[in-house]
Amino acid sequence: MTSTSLPASMPSTTQASAAAASADFTPRYWLFSLPAVLVIAAVIVFPWLFTLYMSGQDWKIGGGVEFVGLGNFAELMKDQRFIESMGHTLYFTVLAVVLPIVFGTAAALVFHREFPMRGLLRTIFVMPMMATPVAVALVWTMMFHPQLGVLNYLLSLIGIGPSGWVYEPSTVIPTLVMVEVWHWTPLVMLIVLGGLAGLPKEPYESALIDGANDWHMFRHITLPLVWPFIMVAIVIRTIDALKAFDTIFVITQGGPGTASETLNIFLYLQAFQFYKIGYASAVVVIFFVIIIMLSLLLLYARQKSKWNA
Amino acid sequence: MTDSILKPTRRVLLAGGAAAVASPLVLRKAQAQGAFDWKKFSGQSIDVLLVKNPRSDLMQQAEKEFTELTGIKVSSEQVPEQQQRQKAVIEFASGKPSFDVSGISLHVQKRMAAKGKWFENLDPFIKNAALTAPDFDFADFGAGPVAYARQADGALDTIPFFVDYWMIYYNKELFDAKNVAYPKTMDEMFTAAQKLHDPAKGVAGFVSRGLKNANIPVWTSLMLGQGMETVSPEGKLLTDTPEAVWAAELYRKLNKETGPVGQVGFNWNECQTTFMQGRAAMWLDGIGFATPLEDPSKSRIVGKVGYGVTPPGPKAHYAGMFADGMGISRGSSKKEAAWLYLQFMTNKKNQIAMLKAGAGAPGRSSAYLDTETIQASKFGKQYFECLLASAKIARAGLPQIVPVTEFRDVFGVALTNAIGGADVAAELKKATEVFAPVLAKSEQG
Repeated sequence: MTSTSLPASMPSTTQASAAAASADFTPRYWLFSLPAVLVIAAVIVFPWLFTLYMSGQDWKIGGGVEFVGLGNFAELMKDQRFIESMGHTLYFTVLAVVLPIVFGTAAALVFHREFPMRGLLRTIFVMPMMATPVAVALVWTMMFHPQLGVLNYLLSLIGIGPSGWVYEPSTVIPTLVMVEVWHWTPLVMLIVLGGLAGLPKEPYESALIDGANDWHMFRHITLPLVWPFIMVAIVIRTIDALKAFDTIFVITQGGPGTASETLNIFLYLQAFQFYKIGYASAVVVIFFVIIIMLSLLLLYARQKSKWNA
Repeated sequence: MTDSILKPTRRVLLAGGAAAVASPLVLRKAQAQGAFDWKKFSGQSIDVLLVKNPRSDLMQQAEKEFTELTGIKVSSEQVPEQQQRQKAVIEFASGKPSFDVSGISLHVQKRMAAKGKWFENLDPFIKNAALTAPDFDFADFGAGPVAYARQADGALDTIPFFVDYWMIYYNKELFDAKNVAYPKTMDEMFTAAQKLHDPAKGVAGFVSRGLKNANIPVWTSLMLGQGMETVSPEGKLLTDTPEAVWAAELYRKLNKETGPVGQVGFNWNECQTTFMQGRAAMWLDGIGFATPLEDPSKSRIVGKVGYGVTPPGPKAHYAGMFADGMGISRGSSKKEAAWLYLQFMTNKKNQIAMLKAGAGAPGRSSAYLDTETIQASKFGKQYFECLLASAKIARAGLPQIVPVTEFRDVFGVALTNAIGGADVAAELKKATEVFAPVLAKSEQG
């Protein structure tokens, strides 16, 4: 917005002298940007180009290097473990985005209202977000233990039999998502709460005069107005869920079997357990393409959700 | 100098007095070491890469004494096992590792170390009387661990200072309550587990690792009962043979029918916790995990733990063996100083210290004959009997190939699938087909 208003005012002042100044100082401006360009080239561009280069090599640490072109990518397309890990990543990401968004929005609506001890309860609610993921994972691992964990004990108190939690292939991903929901719902709540705090009161007053109930006001006023904030939360959660590694690795290491092996775990195994650097680089390239596509999609959705769009 | 003799200061007098008092001790120590000159490389400093564990703690504690004896400074670093393995691979591959001495897991990195020419052959050092103290007594190291440490070409590139034998921990109280005897065969192990399995009371008849990768030694230990390892000495995969299928079937039955809920995701720590809380009658794992079982602050079964040798299988009787070794980097410029460090850290005294601290089973045989240590140990006589008996029938628990981690991963998934109900033979066949090209490729170039 700012960038569009500036050019309009500039031509009316000293257009000729500005053009001259621009012509004189352009090379010096380039010099000023050189350090930043060098840093970006060193820490972003070079690693990326090198990863791209390595993805075309058959290179195992301690072994020789051989150019294989797109061979690693072709092999990945036939690798059942890789395809399964893409499925697990998708499954995990969808649940780990949708559930915190739903619960976080609901919590924000609750905490937006005035009630006794609201501040204290809100502070307690956001505490999980402050915990270190590895510490969180270790605590949950103990709670998930089928024989000695507190969760199965709690289930037994209400007459429900023990669950395998992260120790059963069928329940492992939903259980890991449960940890994510506990950990990150507060973040969504804070973002949405920020949005709710800035909403105008007038539409609600008009709606009340028109006889709208709570649901109508939420559906037709609150949700559309707060949607841009929810979109921000969706973007952040999607990126977080896609790159989730620490929690999964500490709790299950991708197991039981390969039931919770996401792309990140698969990538870690290839690179740091099997030392197949070329193959792992190909996974990185594919993962990067997926993230770029998803980010573009989300950014497009965010643009569409703006109030003035 | 002359001045100080003629007009001694208070400091010189004190130093002289201290030297006079200490001289008999120094002389006695020198006599004990014979004519060997430990100070030959005094002034040098060496870097050591260790795996984070209680054995490395003991080594770091002994560094001060080593430096006093040799004048060699030691800078050692303990890194968690997985990261230490990665660091070793990457640094050795670079050709210029930052450390002079490194510990490795022989059961994972032995062949990789040979192929990458990571370590110096220690045989010439051992034979060199000018470099090896007369009381080092290399012959004291067990034949099994030494054979395990030797590479295919006969080179000894590490000293096998720690050995882990797979055996059965069993809960004597649970066995007595149901009047069940310790199994005499692997088949009996399953029938005993069935009798002891009592889900209503929250007791599993048997517990072992189910998590992929970690579960492989359970299967290979059972397969040794068929007198067979997973890869032949010629490098042929034996993983889909009837013997391998038999072992995997037994593994599946034990875990699926007599194991605790969720054991498919168990690593050794979950097994240990379950057993320690009296929730499992038998646990097949390494003897190195015994320490907390006899710790009253952690265990509910102190004094009730039985230590049994892995029962014989249909064709043979072996105990799966795993070991750690320490070697000198081939790229080190201080090999002689590094050799003195290796000698010192693996001498008789330090190996006994390992046993005393419950930090694991030493590679030296003499440590197990130290009656004082055995009597003072919190582990009973049965523990040491089990250790010695297992040592006599020890055999490699993992294949001695380069891609051990991939082997564990691929077959680990097959075993997990088997517990989940998949056909055992089909899973092993599929895993063998997946792994065969990986193994073939690892031996090329």
